Formats: sequence, structure tokens, C-alpha cells
Amino acid sequence: MKKLQSTLPNMILSLGAITVIAGALLGAVYSATKEPIAKMEKEQQVEAIRQVAPPFDNDPEADAWSTDIDGRPFIVYPAMKGGKLQGAAVKGGSMNGFAGEIIVMAGFTLDGTVRDYQVLSQAETPGLGSKMQLWFRDPAGARSVLDKNPSQTAFYVSKDSGDIDAITAATISSRAFLETLRDAYDAYLTYAKSQGVEVAPAKQQS
Amino acid sequence: MKNYWKLIYNGIVPGNPVFVLLLGMCATLGTTSSAMNGLMMGVATAAVLICSNAVISAIKNLVPDKVRIPAYIVVIASFVTALQLVISAYMPALNASLGIFIPLIVVNCILLGRAEAFAGKNPVIDSVCDGLGCGIGFTFALTLLGGVREILGTGKIFGSEIFPEDYGMLIFVLAPGAFLALGYLIAIVNRIRKTSC
Repeated sequence: MKKLQSTLPNMILSLGAITVIAGALLGAVYSATKEPIAKMEKEQQVEAIRQVAPPFDNDPEADAWSTDIDGRPFIVYPAMKGGKLQGAAVKGGSMNGFAGEIIVMAGFTLDGTVRDYQVLSQAETPGLGSKMQLWFRDPAGARSVLDKNPSQTAFYVSKDSGDIDAITAATISSRAFLETLRDAYDAYLTYAKSQGVEVAPAKQQS
Repeated sequence: MKNYWKLIYNGIVPGNPVFVLLLGMCATLGTTSSAMNGLMMGVATAAVLICSNAVISAIKNLVPDKVRIPAYIVVIASFVTALQLVISAYMPALNASLGIFIPLIVVNCILLGRAEAFAGKNPVIDSVCDGLGCGIGFTFALTLLGGVREILGTGKIFGSEIFPEDYGMLIFVLAPGAFLALGYLIAIVNRIRKTSC
């Protein structure tokens, strides 16, 4: 077949046909993958809640309650068993990291002790701030935040006279992470109060 | 048959997109913080390259010369977008580590470069072989660079530890180390090429 000449009708027809076909194919792929993508995102969320929150038999997403702490949204996913509050997973973030937003899912038991946490998204420096997912569960020194209660342990880095060791060479990332946990704790505290459960306020720097 | 092997081989060694043609540097430097990321980015790019080469070669006579670049870009962008949707639907782990780099495959000059230089002038099967060769060459280069950076930076290769992370040189995980490692790899590869042919 001979190559089409570059006349105006030829160019319009050819480009038009290509974009229409490409658009149709993309539309087909989009509608085919739309459901799996939505399902995947929901599953990741549920998986993160399941991992950090105490065992529950309700649907935490249906019971979710959101609040604003320092102008940022925090979502509390309560974990109930037999209709009684067991604790919660709290999703929230901070913009005070070294690069971009940090979003954490933190799990609290009924009295506000940190049960577990998952860093959902962060863009900190690779090898430094990005270690937060592992660092704050490392039992060495005073790194771990697990099984600590913000009302007894000051969730600040030791440099700011707190009780948690910052990631080596990543104090800013560590501050932002601990700030997120403190705010998440505050969100949980407010939610627990609305459910008739008193949780002690967070301890400040000594 | 011999001809096809030659086409594939050409993309891997004498015409390696990264080490010899120096194409696609943005994706190369950005995604190779570990061997696994490099490998995945290479495979994703190779998949798009093979598909786009095949389609562009098939439609080359239907596209007038003056509008060939926009036409090629639409083809490439469609494949990349489709790939991105499929990855976010079925491979969440890959999506988390490479998510922001996948759309950048569109502007990777390897794709448009091969479309212009090869697929726009040659038959479909030759173009697929060319895409396969360049894809393998690109994947090989990215995996090698990612591996070097991962070993020097964190003491690991594909996630398994070779020496303790504390002795790693962090700079190799960060951007400056990417330039250093790539520069030395290009020098070494070209030295080997010079002495062997």
C-alpha cells in the first residue's frame, strides 16, 4: 500500500481516526479496571485498619467519624466488639515532613495505648526519613512507639525533650511522624469522649 | 530468522538505549533506587515499547508524514495509560513503588525514538524484534544500575542483605549517586565494547 499524502483531509482523517480508536480502547480498559481498582483501594484501607486496630466485629468504615485537628482531617475508624468500643484506627497526616505529605494509620487500644501503625504514604528521603515504617517499631533504645501510651510517654523526639528517639539524621521526618500520632491520639480522645469513654490527655514535653 | 536475532541483539549490546544511545535518562536515573524497581520499570517500558512499535509499524502507511509525531504519541500514550490502569488494578505493590513514574514512560525518548528511527520505516515483525531488543537492553541497564546503587547504598541486592546497612553509602540511593553510578557504568560498558569489537 502506498503511503498517504500529507493533504489536509488526509491528515484530519488519519489523526481523527487514531484518536477515536485510542479513546474507545482506553474507555474500554478504564471501565474494565474501574471496579478492581476501587476494590483494591478499599481492601488496602480495610487491611490497614485490621492490622492496627484491636479485633472488631463491626464495620469500622461504616462507623467512621471525622474531625479536624489543626486544620487537617483525621478519620477515626472505631473498633467495636458486641457494640462495645475496643479502640480505634485513626487515619491522618502531616505536611511538616521533609518532603510532601505523610499519611499514617495509627491503632489505639481503649485507653489510648498505641497498638500498631502503618505509614500509608510518604515521600521522605530514601534511606533516612523513609525508614519510619520500621524505625518506630524497633525495640532498640527508645525508638518504638508500640505499646506506649501518649498520656504517659511524651510523643516528641528526645531533642525536643520528648521520650522517643528520632530517626538518625531525619529529625524533621520524625517530628512530623510523632505530630501525626499526637494528633491522631487527640482525635481518638475526642471520639472516645463522645462514646462515654474517658481517655487521659496527651503528655507534653517535660 | 538470523535477521531477527540480529535485530534483537542490536538493541541489547551495540545499540543499548541507556549505555550507548543515552536515551531515557530521566526514567533511568529516577527509578533505579533499587534493583527491583529498575527491573520493573524496564519490564513496563519494554511492554509498552513492543506494543507501540508493532502498532506504529502497522499503521505507518495510513499516517501522513506531517502528522506522524502526534499520531505516534497518541499510540504510545494510549498504551501507557492502559498499562497504568492495569497495574493499579492488579499489582498494588508495584503501583506503590513505581506509580508516579509509569505515566512518564510516555515522554521516554526511547519510545518515540524507536518509533521514528525504526518502526516508522520497517515491517511489523522487524519492529517487534527491535522493540524486544531495546526493551531487554533497557531492562538490563536499569536492573544493573539499580543493583549497583542498591548494593553501594544499602548493602542489599533484590532486598537480601550482603553487608549491614550501616556501612552503605546513602548517596548512591539519592539522586547524585545515580549520576555517579551511571557515569561509571557507561565508562565500563564502553571500555568493554571497545576491547571486544
